[in-house]
Amino acid sequence: MNVVTPFEGIGASVKRKEDLRFLSGRGQYTDDINRPGQAHAYILRSPHAHARIKGVDTAAAAAMPGVAAIYTSADLAAIGGIPCGWQIHNKDGTPMAEPKHPVLAEGKVRHVGDPVAVVVAETRQQARDAAEHIHVDYEVLPASVTMAQAQAPGAPAVHDDNPSNLCYDWHIGDKAATDAAFAAAAHTVVFETTNNRLVPNAMEPRAAIGDYDTTTGEHTLYTTSQNPHVIRLLMGAFVLQIPESKLRVVAPDVGGGFGSKIYHYAEEAIVTWAAAKLGRPVKWTADRSESFMSDAHGRDHISRAELALDAEGKFLGLRVHTQANMGAYLSTFAPCVPTYLYATLLAGVYSTPAIYAEVKAVFTNTVPVDAYRGAGRPEATYLLERLVDVAAKQTGFDKVELRRRNFIPTDAFPYQTPVALQYDSGDYFSTLEQALETAGWATFEQRRAEAKARGRLRGIGISTYLEACGIAPSAVVGSLGARAGLYEVGTIRVHPTGSVTVLTGTHSHGQGHETTFAQLIADKLGVSIANVDIVHGDTAKIPFGMGTYGSRSLAVGGSAMDKAMDKIIAKGKRIAAHLMEASVEDVEFERGTFRVAGTDKTKSLTDISLAAYVPHNYPIDEIEPGLEETAFYDPKNFTYPGGCHIAEVEIEIETGEVRMVNFTAVDDVGRVINPMIVEGQVQGGVAQGIGQALLEGCVYDSHGQLISASMMDYTMPRADDLAPVSVATHTTLCTHNPLGVKGCGEVGAIGSPPAVINAVVDALRDYDISHVEMPATQEKIWSIIHGKR
Amino acid sequence: MYDFAYHKPSSVADAVKLLAADPDAKAVSGGHTLLPALKHRLNKPSSLVDLSGIAEMRGVRREGNALIIGALTRHHEVANSEEVKSAIPALAYMAQHIGDQQVRNRGTLGGSVSNNDPAADYPAAVLGLGATIHTSKRKIAADDFFLGMFTTALEHDEILVAVEFPIPEKAGYAKMRNPASRYVMAGAFVSKGPKGVRVAINGAAACVFRQSEMEAALSSNWSADAVAGIKQPADDLNSDIHGSAEYRAHLVTVMAKRAVAAAG
Repeated sequence: MNVVTPFEGIGASVKRKEDLRFLSGRGQYTDDINRPGQAHAYILRSPHAHARIKGVDTAAAAAMPGVAAIYTSADLAAIGGIPCGWQIHNKDGTPMAEPKHPVLAEGKVRHVGDPVAVVVAETRQQARDAAEHIHVDYEVLPASVTMAQAQAPGAPAVHDDNPSNLCYDWHIGDKAATDAAFAAAAHTVVFETTNNRLVPNAMEPRAAIGDYDTTTGEHTLYTTSQNPHVIRLLMGAFVLQIPESKLRVVAPDVGGGFGSKIYHYAEEAIVTWAAAKLGRPVKWTADRSESFMSDAHGRDHISRAELALDAEGKFLGLRVHTQANMGAYLSTFAPCVPTYLYATLLAGVYSTPAIYAEVKAVFTNTVPVDAYRGAGRPEATYLLERLVDVAAKQTGFDKVELRRRNFIPTDAFPYQTPVALQYDSGDYFSTLEQALETAGWATFEQRRAEAKARGRLRGIGISTYLEACGIAPSAVVGSLGARAGLYEVGTIRVHPTGSVTVLTGTHSHGQGHETTFAQLIADKLGVSIANVDIVHGDTAKIPFGMGTYGSRSLAVGGSAMDKAMDKIIAKGKRIAAHLMEASVEDVEFERGTFRVAGTDKTKSLTDISLAAYVPHNYPIDEIEPGLEETAFYDPKNFTYPGGCHIAEVEIEIETGEVRMVNFTAVDDVGRVINPMIVEGQVQGGVAQGIGQALLEGCVYDSHGQLISASMMDYTMPRADDLAPVSVATHTTLCTHNPLGVKGCGEVGAIGSPPAVINAVVDALRDYDISHVEMPATQEKIWSIIHGKR
Repeated sequence: MYDFAYHKPSSVADAVKLLAADPDAKAVSGGHTLLPALKHRLNKPSSLVDLSGIAEMRGVRREGNALIIGALTRHHEVANSEEVKSAIPALAYMAQHIGDQQVRNRGTLGGSVSNNDPAADYPAAVLGLGATIHTSKRKIAADDFFLGMFTTALEHDEILVAVEFPIPEKAGYAKMRNPASRYVMAGAFVSKGPKGVRVAINGAAACVFRQSEMEAALSSNWSADAVAGIKQPADDLNSDIHGSAEYRAHLVTVMAKRAVAAAG
């Protein structure tokens, strides 16, 4: 029986299935979970950026009411340090410095927030009360707070065995060819900038519960993670030596990640270990202050970029030198962010023939830095798109025309860049023209004049960006230093009466997977999304998958589902052929119906699934019963979304306040499954990009104290800081995955910051400046306008 | 948060007794400053005296040429009071722009004024209108009330019961908000009325203060132009990652100008 339903397949803006749960407060987050007999952990953290621990006296604390145990690094001597998942090699081929990252500080603390001791007590209050009675005898040491300080001669060593504080000195590209390009250039342009450090601030703070079954020896960790299998692998194999079969990791509903919940954190190991030690569940939930000083931060680069152009404005060469802050320890994927997720992006959308980039990664006495929405790609895009604007100003070329003149031609794909990547598809001219039209680029000067009459400086800024996501081909990333594969897995379980459960190794923490993935099933198998359930986030339920980051879930995870559905259809055709007494070659399938070609003989998917599970009339000797298939999909390449972002701002002359007045995004994210979800993803990313450009900045003082340590001082964007964000897509299909999809989760945060700063600089065109550093705060702008700097 | 005893008296007299009996007791009304401080363990009172059950401390009433507003009156109530809107529209405007809706639904006049946060809104209105503080034991002129950062003339067992605002001919308020906290980075409350011409500056320094040079200028010429050229010295102004003392000094002039323009 065919039921006529509204179209729910690829391209339909169906409402998100998960939102009833979330919007009515019925999500089930880690902190909502309480295990019988659970105790609570409080982590005592370092108040100093750098200090030697001369002693820890826990006696008074241990006598406090409700205390079950207190642990310091001495108790954890048998367990391993927190591993890093990516190894970069230096220019000379030697491996990067990889100092031990202890679960609890050993001998020294290296940043404010470094965990020193753990108190487990009956209640969280009691644990915190007792922690106040732990006496840590610190010998405060001078700190290397900035990268400049860390690299100065005689700088305090973050790790005693690495006095240079250098993690690695890496490069990519052809230095000789690039130098030659500069030698032949008609114009050379230099641009120096800092990419500001950001604090992720997911709405849900991190939390973890360790549980241990003394009868079976099975450990369970409930945690706020974007990738439970990665945590199981890293923590089980490297930290606690627990076999996978005895370790279950559950990442239930997670309230935002943005990268910060990819990594394996000390608290996960602590609660898992302590639960087994104490024989009772142990729960830890961060408060917001802890999040500021213990979640991995993002960005934090200092860069110098040089562009060589010929007399006609063609880019001849690009030379980049970047210093990247790693913080005090290497977070899980930190080393790859300023290298393979950054320098490989420096070609952008341009056909620059020669590129050479050097990256020094530096340890400092600050919170570890790792991937944050976009991860390396926003840093590359910001550097390049500001550099192009600076070049346009310096050489006198129109900034749009200069971009057009250097775009990779639409017929040049696949396009091999000089920095390793091969782009499969794109059409930068169309996204540019569409954005110019939507943003009213041609009529901007009228709006600027009108604003001036109101005492405001209006500016418009453009960014034509590209990113690489859908990570990643396992063999490629393995050759570049990844200590993991980056395939994905999907299982399609068609139940006897035709409903479907999908098991995926990806994880949804705001992306709307429960809807988008169901739409894939609806589109191909013809099952209503109401009858498709997506299961993720529990290593006991799903096959080994790699999780969600780098805009990979649809491109990699969705492709795995598509492959699994192909297997379902192939098996279904064989069953259908038997039932309809036809040759399998003659059976066609489309959206839920098997048909003998050229006839009116049909069987529904439900007919087939019922036959598969109730195999009475069934070729049991040739086909196994059941209708469930798993596919692993390893992508052939990255995917390459790109597009054009245009920002329009107004500056109040009297105060320097910058207001966003308009934002236009035209993105090529490949095939769009749910336009409404794509629009929301782009808007969210743009909000974060505007936040980075105008508002957010993580500030340490000269002693390494975190000044922007709460929402009182760290400016998260609010709705009234933003502007209407017009989102449109212009699609070229990805050529190497079965869905033709590219990814939309990070484009907003990647493309927008340079568009906003280009607009701010444009607004200030009457003043003698070439750049404004992020965040472009009102006092900075006021200082420029009023000649204070 | 540390443990504390909790009392909820129903009269001012009972509340005063509770405070007098415990030197480490704290009075609480809306709790918007005190509760976060308790949660961060920055404050350790032995007992909390919750004033919210004291009916006599609520409400807005007009007496002659003054508005008397009970200390427990919430910002939302002041912002939406017809009495306030018609008598001192600048006060309603100020209340309407404190924090966000959730803050305005909980925060109270008395809490804000007795806390005397340098970045709070109400102290500027109280000083800028030349109001009189009614306490459980006396009346204190605004000029004698705000003594320094988080410090007022209130004694430990003295409760702010109401504030008497003289109705001005003109009054206006303008502020620049801290982009992160949305507290006041620099603000000005100006008025002309029975208490003369007054300019109170908040957010910029450790304590709300009167800008006498601007008051003199406005006394002879009530116009935005009259204050536009007056520079606030940056010495002793606050400085933080969002605004240097120099920037705040500049903002003082801009906000004073805007406040005068708003007053009409």
